Formats: sequence, structure tokens, C-alpha cells
Amino acid sequence: MRLVVDLNRCQGYAQCAFLAPDVFAMHGEESLLYNPHAEAAQREQVLRAATACPVQAILVEDPDAAPGAAEDELSHVR
Amino acid sequence: MSGDGALERLRREGRIVIVGASLAGLRAAETLRKEGFTGSLTLIGDEPHEPYDRPPLSKQVLLGHASADRTELPRMRGLDADWRLGVAAAGLDMADRRVRLADGDEVEYDRLLITTGVRARPWPHPAEAELDGVFVLRTRDDAARLQRRLAASPRRVLVIGAGFTGSEIASACRERGLPVTVAERGAAPLVGALGGVIGQVAAELQRAHGVDLRCGIMVTGLEGDSAGRLRRAHLSDGTTLDTDVAVVSLGATRNTEWLAGSGLGAGPRGIACDAGCRAFDVRGIVTDDVFVAGDVARSPHAIFGYQFLSLEHWGNAVAQAATAAHNMISSSSERRPHLWVPAFWSSQFGVNIKSVGVPSLGEEVIVAQGSLAERRFTGVYGYQDRVIAAVSFDQTKWLEFYQRQIETAAPFPPEYSSVNRRPEGLRPVPADFPDPSLPTHGPSVTVSGYSPTDQRITFTPARG
Repeated sequence: MRLVVDLNRCQGYAQCAFLAPDVFAMHGEESLLYNPHAEAAQREQVLRAATACPVQAILVEDPDAAPGAAEDELSHVR
Repeated sequence: MSGDGALERLRREGRIVIVGASLAGLRAAETLRKEGFTGSLTLIGDEPHEPYDRPPLSKQVLLGHASADRTELPRMRGLDADWRLGVAAAGLDMADRRVRLADGDEVEYDRLLITTGVRARPWPHPAEAELDGVFVLRTRDDAARLQRRLAASPRRVLVIGAGFTGSEIASACRERGLPVTVAERGAAPLVGALGGVIGQVAAELQRAHGVDLRCGIMVTGLEGDSAGRLRRAHLSDGTTLDTDVAVVSLGATRNTEWLAGSGLGAGPRGIACDAGCRAFDVRGIVTDDVFVAGDVARSPHAIFGYQFLSLEHWGNAVAQAATAAHNMISSSSERRPHLWVPAFWSSQFGVNIKSVGVPSLGEEVIVAQGSLAERRFTGVYGYQDRVIAAVSFDQTKWLEFYQRQIETAAPFPPEYSSVNRRPEGLRPVPADFPDPSLPTHGPSVTVSGYSPTDQRITFTPARG
């Protein structure tokens, strides 16, 4: 699943790094590094992290919540 | 038919074309659909990839924590769009309202949005740029190539230019344990964006992490061996440096060449537009069907004296794209100005650097919180006795406060006695931006155009 963090908004609360440590990691005191492509097995943890973010900086495309959205797009790619 | 009827028809069955299929293009497309546009939507992109995120390329990807080909941006909704990827736009006919593509095809529009962004400025000597081992970093393909080369443990990496991208690349190399030399023409890293006072902190940060930092130095030549592999670099102080990888980080060039001769006000400094993202033509008349957003746009900003700002910022692309898309399908009274306060971040050497406002406008800087020596501080920039920008090193929580100070034109130096201020920060000092007539890698915020308050024209000098 695809995700992006608005790092202008991020204030380094590190909730995501606790809840989904395989996807989000603090780098130094307050820098966040994350993997923009999380494996399906991480889905629950990533969604929990996105929900828990105090500044709501995590944007997730959840293929299960919006069925066919991404596939729909790809069918139009020439 | 009334004007309102025409707008209603546009929203229902109009043709909108977006040239530039990256962050700004994608966000604009999503906004158009969200606001009820049901006509045809075409996105044209020169890269063969779906819209992807670039900031991870110089950080997570170079460190090997993320894959260069898996940074596609999340989609917030189905777009029902016609994607023309892997084919660049080659021309624009404003009278006939059509975009010409590099493969000869043409696409007609009722409204056009240009989000073609920027590309990495190449090494100026083409033969040297061709050497195996010479890289730039802008696209995901660039990142994949560079990451592979770094993984092969080169003897030394030379980073040419210590702006944000160059500094992040040097940081990633050091974290991978690679010897790194950084050659910067200015007096310090980040000097164009943050000034000499903060630049000095960035210099100490680099050296503390083992970077061989050489400021006031230009790379005058890159030399290859008989097989065409980079072997050494020649420096302006007469010395040479043995290196097998050089990353050219000399800033960016705006992708406007395809608009040459179109009559649109587009040039090397971008495409000028009004605060509502409508592009100007070469006569200085605002168009009503061509809009601009993202890195390629130059737009007047009310908070900064209506000067034209070009912002190569992730957040600007997101905000301006949403405003442009809204305005494209709205009547003039419903249109919104692009009033986003500039903000950016950089992660390097374990430090989170963030900024709000336009630091390069600053005449003076004061350390309002923390300490330069600890490399954990908030610097506040003043311009004409008001707060114009702030930068934080590992103190991001302060920036929201300073953003409000900027928006309300709060007095500078700050009148309140702030918490956690050290003796060194009691007085403002000159921010020490370099002479703008000297070329550098370039500030990430450039100010140009005119200010109605003083009727002067301030041009961003040509660089590189």
C-alpha cells in the first residue's frame, strides 16, 4: 500500500514509529524516515499509525477501503 | 448563453488537460474531481511512471530503506483520467487551445494546467557529464542509478554543490560509511537558502560527521580514464581529487522550453501567474484558460509585498495545485488566492531542518530559542522590522508559532522575552546572505518581480 507523510506538518511525536516500526522510524531526535510502500501485511499497523498521528500528517491509500481505485487508474494508462 | 451556463457546461463536459504528472498534477486532478468536475481529464507526463514522491529519493532511497521504484504517491480517489505517460509536451497553441506532444499527437483543452516542474541542472560540460560515475538526482531513475553505485562501495564520492539536495546526499553517503568530499562555491552549505550564520552551523554539522567539506571551491573539471570512467576532479584551488563518483547538485532548471514561442510568459525563471494561478502571456495580460502550479510557477504573494515567489517546495506544489484546480472550474468571485506560507524540511546528518516564511528575504537573524553551538535552535529572520521567516534545527514545534508571527507581520526583533533563549541569542545579527550577483547553487526560495510599495524591480540573478 502507498503512503506519504506531510513532513511540513509532522512534529516528530513518533507515534507512528511505535505503532508501525517496520514502516516508520525516527532518524535522530525528530526526523522521520518512512517507507512510502508498505507491505500488505503491515496494513493494520499503518492504518493505526495514520489514525494515531496527533497532527494527521500520514496519508494512506488503502486499496481495501476504496476497492479498485488504483486498478481503475492503471487501466487508463496508455 | 450566460457566463454561468458556460461554467456549468465546463464543469459537466469540459476538457481539462494537465501537463506535468507529478505531485502538483496529481493533486490538482484529485481536487478537480472532488469539486465535481465530470468532464474529460488528461494528464501528460514525460516520465513513464505514475506520479511518485521525490523527497524520499535523496534520503530513504539512498540509504536503502526504501526502493526507488516504489515511491508512487497514494491516490485519494479514482480519477477516471486519460494518462499520457512517457511522452513530453512539445508545444502549446493558445489560440486553438491545443497541446502538441513529442510523438506528434495533439490534445485539445478548454482549461489547461501546467505543472511541468523543474529538472536537475546538468554538469555544464557535456562530455564530462557523460562519464561513468557522474550523476544528478531528481528522478526516481536517477535515484536508482545512484543508489546502485553507492551500494557498490565507491572509494570516494564528490558532491558538487551544498544546497539541500547535495547536503542530503552527503549525509546518506556518510551514513553508508563512504568517504565524501563536498565542494561548495559559496562560503558555507545552505548559504543561499538560510544565510551565512545558519550556514556555518550546517558546515560544522557536516564536518562533525566526517565530510571533507571545501567551501569557496569550484570544481573546474571532471577527468575520466580511457574507458570513460570518472577518475578525478580538478578544483579551483589548483588541487585534484581522486574520486569515482560525482553527484552534480547545482540546483534546478525550470521545464518551460516546450512553451517557447507559444506567447505564454514562460522563461528560465518559470511561468508568471497571478495570485489565482492564472498564467500571464508575454504581453503581461493574464490568461483565463491557462493555469500554473508547483515548482514551475512564479506567483505574487500578499504577505511578502506581492513579490513573485518561485518555490521548489513539496508543500507549495500541494497547496498551489489545489488552489489552481479550484479556480479552473470556479467563477471569478469564487476564486481563491494562493496564500500558502512557504515551508520546507530537510533531514540531514540526523538533524531535522525546517523553515517557514522566506529566509532569503531576511536582513537579520536572531537565535530566539536554543543554541547554535548545540545545533538545536530556532532562528528568526527579520526584514524591515517585521518577522519574515524562521528556521529550526530539531525544534520543529516552534515553527507554527512563528508562522503566525509571519502572517501577522509581527515586529522584529521579537518584543517578548522568549523561553529557553541563551546569551548568544540576545541580539539580532546580519543574516549574511551571499552577494546575489555571485552565482551559487541558488536559494530554494527566489524572490523577483516588483513590489508596489517601492516600485522597484528586483531580479533573481542568473546562476550557473
